[in-house]
Amino acid sequence: MSGLFKARYTLSRSQVLERTWPFVLDLGVAAGLLACFYAVLLIARYWMSGAVPEVVISLRPGILPVYAFYSVVRIGVAYLLSLLFAVGYGYVAAYNPRVEALMIATLDILQSIPVLSFLPALMLAMMALVPSRQLGIEMGAILLIFTGQVWNMAFSFYASLKSIPRELREACTINRFSAWQRLWQLELPFSAIGLIWNSMVSVAGGWFFLMICEMFPVGDKNFRLPGLGSYLQTAANEGNTRAMVYGLVTVGVIIVLTDQLIWRPMIAWSDKFKFENVESGDRVTSPILFALRRSNVLATLSRRTLIPLSEKIYHDLAYRREHQQKTPVKAADERRNTLLTAVVGLALVMMVIAAAFHALLLLKNIHAAEIVLLLKGAAATFLRVNVSLLIAMAWTVPVGVAIGFNPRLSKIAQPIAQIAASFPATALFPVVLLGLMKLGAGLGIGSIALMLLGTQWYVLFNVIAGALAVPSDLREVADVFHFNRWQRWKTVILPGIFPYLITGLVTASGGAWNASIAAEYFSLKGQTLMTLGLGAQISQATYQGRFSVLLLATIIMALMVVTINRLVWRRLYKLAETKYRLDA
Amino acid sequence: MAEPIIRAQQVEKYYAQPSENRIQVISPTDLSIQTGEIVALLGPSGSGKSTLLRMLAGLSRPSGGEVYWHGAPIETAKINVSIVFQSFALFPWLTVMENVEAPLKARGMAATERRERSEKILDTVGLDGFEAAFPKELSGGMRQRVGFARALVVEPEVLFMDEPFSALDVLTAENLRSELLELWQKKTIPTQAIFLVTHNIEEAVLLADRIIVLGRNPGHVRTDFRVATLAHPRDRKAPAFTQIVDYIYKVLTRPDVMPDMPKLKAGRPVRDQRQMRYEMLPHARPGGIAGLLELAIDFGGRTDIYRLADELAFEIDDLLPIVDAAQLLGFLRVEEGDVVITPTGREFAESEILRQKELFREAALEHVLLLRQISRALRSKSDRTVPEEFFLDMLDEQFSDEETQRQLETAINWGRYAELFDYDASRRRFTLPEEEETAKSVVEEGGAE
Repeated sequence: MSGLFKARYTLSRSQVLERTWPFVLDLGVAAGLLACFYAVLLIARYWMSGAVPEVVISLRPGILPVYAFYSVVRIGVAYLLSLLFAVGYGYVAAYNPRVEALMIATLDILQSIPVLSFLPALMLAMMALVPSRQLGIEMGAILLIFTGQVWNMAFSFYASLKSIPRELREACTINRFSAWQRLWQLELPFSAIGLIWNSMVSVAGGWFFLMICEMFPVGDKNFRLPGLGSYLQTAANEGNTRAMVYGLVTVGVIIVLTDQLIWRPMIAWSDKFKFENVESGDRVTSPILFALRRSNVLATLSRRTLIPLSEKIYHDLAYRREHQQKTPVKAADERRNTLLTAVVGLALVMMVIAAAFHALLLLKNIHAAEIVLLLKGAAATFLRVNVSLLIAMAWTVPVGVAIGFNPRLSKIAQPIAQIAASFPATALFPVVLLGLMKLGAGLGIGSIALMLLGTQWYVLFNVIAGALAVPSDLREVADVFHFNRWQRWKTVILPGIFPYLITGLVTASGGAWNASIAAEYFSLKGQTLMTLGLGAQISQATYQGRFSVLLLATIIMALMVVTINRLVWRRLYKLAETKYRLDA
Repeated sequence: MAEPIIRAQQVEKYYAQPSENRIQVISPTDLSIQTGEIVALLGPSGSGKSTLLRMLAGLSRPSGGEVYWHGAPIETAKINVSIVFQSFALFPWLTVMENVEAPLKARGMAATERRERSEKILDTVGLDGFEAAFPKELSGGMRQRVGFARALVVEPEVLFMDEPFSALDVLTAENLRSELLELWQKKTIPTQAIFLVTHNIEEAVLLADRIIVLGRNPGHVRTDFRVATLAHPRDRKAPAFTQIVDYIYKVLTRPDVMPDMPKLKAGRPVRDQRQMRYEMLPHARPGGIAGLLELAIDFGGRTDIYRLADELAFEIDDLLPIVDAAQLLGFLRVEEGDVVITPTGREFAESEILRQKELFREAALEHVLLLRQISRALRSKSDRTVPEEFFLDMLDEQFSDEETQRQLETAINWGRYAELFDYDASRRRFTLPEEEETAKSVVEEGGAE
């Protein structure tokens, strides 16, 4: 009797548990949806208001949540745009052999161009496009972030598409999958993991740029967008330490929240897209994901909307194909198509040439002295970038290897390094600069510190990943034969982490070049600090509205980055892919 | 005879090269698949088995010729085929159910009907209760069952199978084979014909009503015969069974001679394999060759390849390159499906390592054109180095890019073993080993005195 009672009790108890949890969750989800609705309203009202280029940035702590919200929306919109573009671009490049090589080369170059140089031109263009609305400036900022974060994602998607195993593709073809079904059941799942990791890097890059482009002057115009970046810059300009601390804490909170609420659940979720044959033991877990998976509201919502919609799409696609006459392409049609492509292509090429010619005309009125100065600046920045890389390597390699070889330490340190890498260095610039100036260092050294701040984390977490990937039997060999420290580093550790180190350094190098624009020219406490460097020259040209100098400086920087990539990084990459591969 | 389901007329496959020559993968071939038959396609690797399957299934367009589906060109016909893949080709992110439903979804079938059909087929292949599992949670055999379910759920008129059992262990494969045969014979599935690509001779003889054997360089039909005289289930020990198996072994191991198959009609005349300037190097390692020869001696110097493969628990596809290599080097002869060790082969197997290398070197220089060329080129050059590209260009004329690479890899492997030359992988060039150079210079100095 009592046994029965007990059974029933536990049963009902478990039912209560089953019921209450999702209910609370559902409330949460519903509240979230309401909040979304209100947020859209808020943004729309603000964006549609008249242009207010000289927004007054308040330093009240109470306004921080609103500013943070605006900044997050900018990042979010830019990210969504990037995702759509990346998928589209990667798809077109992977499936059109005619344009593939060109598109990938373009991607490579666009990745190397210093994004911040585009800022003034982009802003002015957007202001002209949407003249009397706040939307114009906002779009400028969003587009800038977009150009900063889209390329690596596009490349990742393209690379994933290219590496889909042949038999999976054939399974799709033989089963008559439509392009739509192939996208959702093969291509997106297959590339999901790469896209998510690249998204993390991209969004971190987005924050980096946002901190700068929310407030900047072009010629006599001063663009300001209410947000965390402008808040921090205003605080730095006024020397308001308390406000700076508030701002930084807010940025930190947002970064940690993004990591916990978005990236971790995404990574945990993406585990099912791992293309492997055996179940792996170690995986990321996320309570948020667990909760979302159990939510009734979401399940019902999906059952009521998404699933019927997708059923209809599949049905229509199949119907259309069934009723489509299979006719072989006629030669005449093909010829007409080729002709059309040729004409359109030619027109495009002509337009590009004309535009490029006009841009080069701008360069006419630059004095020789200025060119010499730009070249000197380029040399100085080149030196700084490399010094910052060397310093980064000097400390991250031993530390990263130590962390990677110690599983307990790496479990703690890896997520921290990940968050640290996501923290926008540009937000820390003012604080670090103030500190350095107190120590008597100038911006010349200061800018190296700033580059380091922005890029060392990429090196660090790549080294950790590399050290984790060194097979333990190789390390045991070193133990068994009593390798001395030097031998150990030379024959086991350095070759083992080499491919990862290169990946980290490539990312860091690109980041450092971009950072130079922000780091070599800085306004602090109402005064402008600058040092000799290409980055400073770009910033100054922006400030003075001298577009010809801006253009030339940008070209020089892009050329240098592309050249270094081709001559140094690509070769090292090849070496890493062939000689130092561990899984071959 | 009624119009076959699939008829291939003079289909061929080649890849155009930047230079004038093209690489012929499959020479013009006629082939048809009739209603009610299981056709097995056998052949050494590189004979274009899978390519032929893909052309017949409409996945790959032939470079020349035409495939007809019930008499209509395959591009315009509405075909209903499925493929079971060697790697299973399941979507790891979809559940078993979703994987099986996917082809029906592509055909726009309503959700309830889709579910019903999928449930039924999963039941048929013995996956009841695994609907919600993900492929990675299943064993290899279970996964291939999902592969079968996905292929059969659309009720294909022709079922294509590309080495469907070769990724499975022996017992699982046996089990799945007999289940498939049962479904086919009891007409549980409405499939009209099965086309099976395999490298396992026994598997072909166990399942097929008709067997086609391909030769390579380029792929062509060596023989095409019916096995219908054997009733199912077939007994591996039956003399008729082993006769057919032996016959196919002979066809496969003697590319230049067509053995007799008294009761069966012979295949098409065979083209001369030695037209090529370079012989195709079998991808075998010197160590493997030595091992094979030692084993052959243990068997008294003469043994059945079939038995040898069995002894080693090797698939024939893994063993054949080693046999080919030993044969090429003059260490072995293949007679009537038996391997016979030659005197040099015996000496090689019984010598110690340095002598072995010497014998290998002599044999390689005598029988392998590529090694002879490399060796000569190295000796004629004053700096004793020759870039790899030099030979790549010559091989390119004859082999596909991939095969060229493999040929060179094997040549390097053999040449290094024979101490004919050294290969500098980072600079991609051949060099003469230093010892030999110094030895030579000593001799030269001595001669000068």
